[in-house]
Amino acid sequence: MTIELFKEYFEQLQQADHKSSLGTVRQNAFNAFSKMGIPGLKHEEWKYTRISGVFNKEFKVPFVADVSITKAEVDAVRLPGHEEANELVFVNGIFSFELSKIFSKDLTVLPLEEAAANEYKEIVSTHLGHSARYQKDGINALNTAFVHGGVFIHVSKGKIVEHPVYIYNITDARFAPILSQPRSLIYVGVNAQMKLVETFSTMGEQESFTNQVLEMVVEKDAHAEYYKIQNDAGHSQVSTTHIRQIGKSYTHTVTISLDGSIVRNNLNVILDADHCESHLYGLYLMKGDTHVDNHTVVDNVQPNCFSNELYKGIMDGNATGVFNGKIFVEPDAQKTNAYQSNKNILLSDSASINAKPQLEIFADDVKCSHGCTVGSLDEEAMFYLRSRGISEKTARSLMLHAFADNVLEHINLPVIRDYVDELISERLGYEMV
Amino acid sequence: MLSIRNLHAGIEEKKILKGINLDIKPGEVHAIMGPNGSGKSTLASVLAGRADYEVLDGSVDFDGKDLLELSPEARAGEGLFLAFQYPVEIPGLSTTNFIKTAVNEVRKYRGQESLDAVAFLRLMKEKMAMMEIDQSLLSRPLNEGFSGGEKKRNEIFQMAMLEPKLAILDETDSGLDIDAIRIVANGVNKLRSKDNAVLLVTHYQRLLDYIVPDFVHVLYNGRIVKSGTKELALELEERGYDFIKSVVDAVEEA
Ligand SMILES: Nc1ncnc2c1ncn2[C@@H]1O[C@H](COP(=O)(O)OP(=O)(O)O)[C@@H](O)[C@H]1O
Ligand SMILES: [Mg+2]
Repeated sequence: MTIELFKEYFEQLQQADHKSSLGTVRQNAFNAFSKMGIPGLKHEEWKYTRISGVFNKEFKVPFVADVSITKAEVDAVRLPGHEEANELVFVNGIFSFELSKIFSKDLTVLPLEEAAANEYKEIVSTHLGHSARYQKDGINALNTAFVHGGVFIHVSKGKIVEHPVYIYNITDARFAPILSQPRSLIYVGVNAQMKLVETFSTMGEQESFTNQVLEMVVEKDAHAEYYKIQNDAGHSQVSTTHIRQIGKSYTHTVTISLDGSIVRNNLNVILDADHCESHLYGLYLMKGDTHVDNHTVVDNVQPNCFSNELYKGIMDGNATGVFNGKIFVEPDAQKTNAYQSNKNILLSDSASINAKPQLEIFADDVKCSHGCTVGSLDEEAMFYLRSRGISEKTARSLMLHAFADNVLEHINLPVIRDYVDELISERLGYEMV
Repeated sequence: MLSIRNLHAGIEEKKILKGINLDIKPGEVHAIMGPNGSGKSTLASVLAGRADYEVLDGSVDFDGKDLLELSPEARAGEGLFLAFQYPVEIPGLSTTNFIKTAVNEVRKYRGQESLDAVAFLRLMKEKMAMMEIDQSLLSRPLNEGFSGGEKKRNEIFQMAMLEPKLAILDETDSGLDIDAIRIVANGVNKLRSKDNAVLLVTHYQRLLDYIVPDFVHVLYNGRIVKSGTKELALELEERGYDFIKSVVDAVEEA
């Protein structure tokens, strides 16, 4: 996919949507993209994850909601508990009101363009694109260059969205290879609460690539939980989640990566107010020729913040993995408490993980720790289970599931927890008793 | 039931068992005693199928089957059970789930139908009462943060759930106070029948006041150097292992 082809698509979009409130934002981003291009291995943050190869192919970059998908087809990807959930559907990166269902009255969902022009203008102009300060690469710029058909989600001050918000990112690759670029901006108001669950799926046999950016702003006393489940076999994605806590607030994310071709996650948590708290959990369980890369950043801007990060990985087959966890403690961020841990089990000799914690501390009164382990299954424990009559295969599955447990236990939505548990059991090849 | 012939085993070039012979018949209780490092746990582990140990010579027949050819899980299926000296902690695995999986896999091996949730619960309740073990312990992750006594009781509870033909108890009494020993011993005694057998590995005579053995063997330096009845245990207690050592060492030197 040449820059010229991207440019063609870009100009078509600018023309078709010339009245958009986001035209300038797009133009600036496209200029940046033209300069940077798709990041290659020379880019410091992309050393071990080669997405440029994916773009040897030509993708369609849809920007019209020529939605070819029916409600019945969405049924195939609905998550358990959907009857009790708000459901937001993106098709090929374009948000579809028609396929979505919003029933919590305290949840406002608007096209991003509309929000950028009305009462939410201020919020949009302040926060949209904030992730570019942390994702200094062409792939982030590419999403913004095509920002169109994105969504603005708003929870007003003091409101608690009791029903979770499920976001389905569906790519319809039945007729052509598709580049999907979903974009959302989420604003959780003062003392408001919400829980989000997001999944990715591709229909059809052609290739798809999802380049998603989700930016979330969390106000004082707000509480936000975000669960990402990636299980889209054979398809690649870059998924950027950028959380900015601008008041003393609480966030909690769990990133579950179970399948995909190349899966790259950028998770940034900016603790931009006194006494923020954030928990970051991740589980990746990969096999075959898959690649998973979790890049996380916890940026302590203000003092007295607490963050706790635990990522666990089980790598089998030829799967390759990257964990890069950055913790920044900026000069004002005294009394920071930041913990990070990454634990991996390699099940095959050809699987690998490249783990790198990166602490940059510019304040003196802080507590930070990090640790990283790579090991294999505990033989002693395996023997213990087998001595009770449990077959080697089941014993191994039980052990791996047990290993994953202290990540999974942080999925605070029971139906989703059960769903993920089942996916994992299925993957590990045993039935839960 | 169990017939061990000239069993030699070791680990990484180190010979630990140097020719063990032992026969156990249904209904019998055997005790193996011996000083630390004599090879008691090695014997128990080799019988249960721990892969670290290499069998160098000899054979073990278990109810007509060549035990040493079987995987650890098949040995359990055939009715062998080892209560570990050091039970393993597995955070993240619920004790109940673990036991349910074990019970059903063993049932599958034995050609029995697996227990549904209700039947399993009923069996659990029955054995919990028998073993004086509390539900709260079983809903916790397997052995994680259990006290020494709780771990040992959990072992005996698993034994009760799996109903083995031959139970090997590796120092299940060590580190237990007298009340806990009594509970463990009671549990074992309740499971005794004319069809099953117990092999008690112990360092102290104390346990044998509660589970009375038919035979006592002294293991020293990888060999059974003396066998007798329960009086042998008392003699050992009185005279100490040094007495065995001096006798054996003198014999070997000669
Ligand atoms: N995994 C092992 N690696 C190396 N040496 C071992 C291992 N297990 C046991 N041994 C050695 O074998 C001997 C017998 O040990 P063990 O069977 O545990 O004795 P006991 O249970 O009678 O105290 C000891 O000298 C011990 O150090
Ligand atoms: Mg021992």
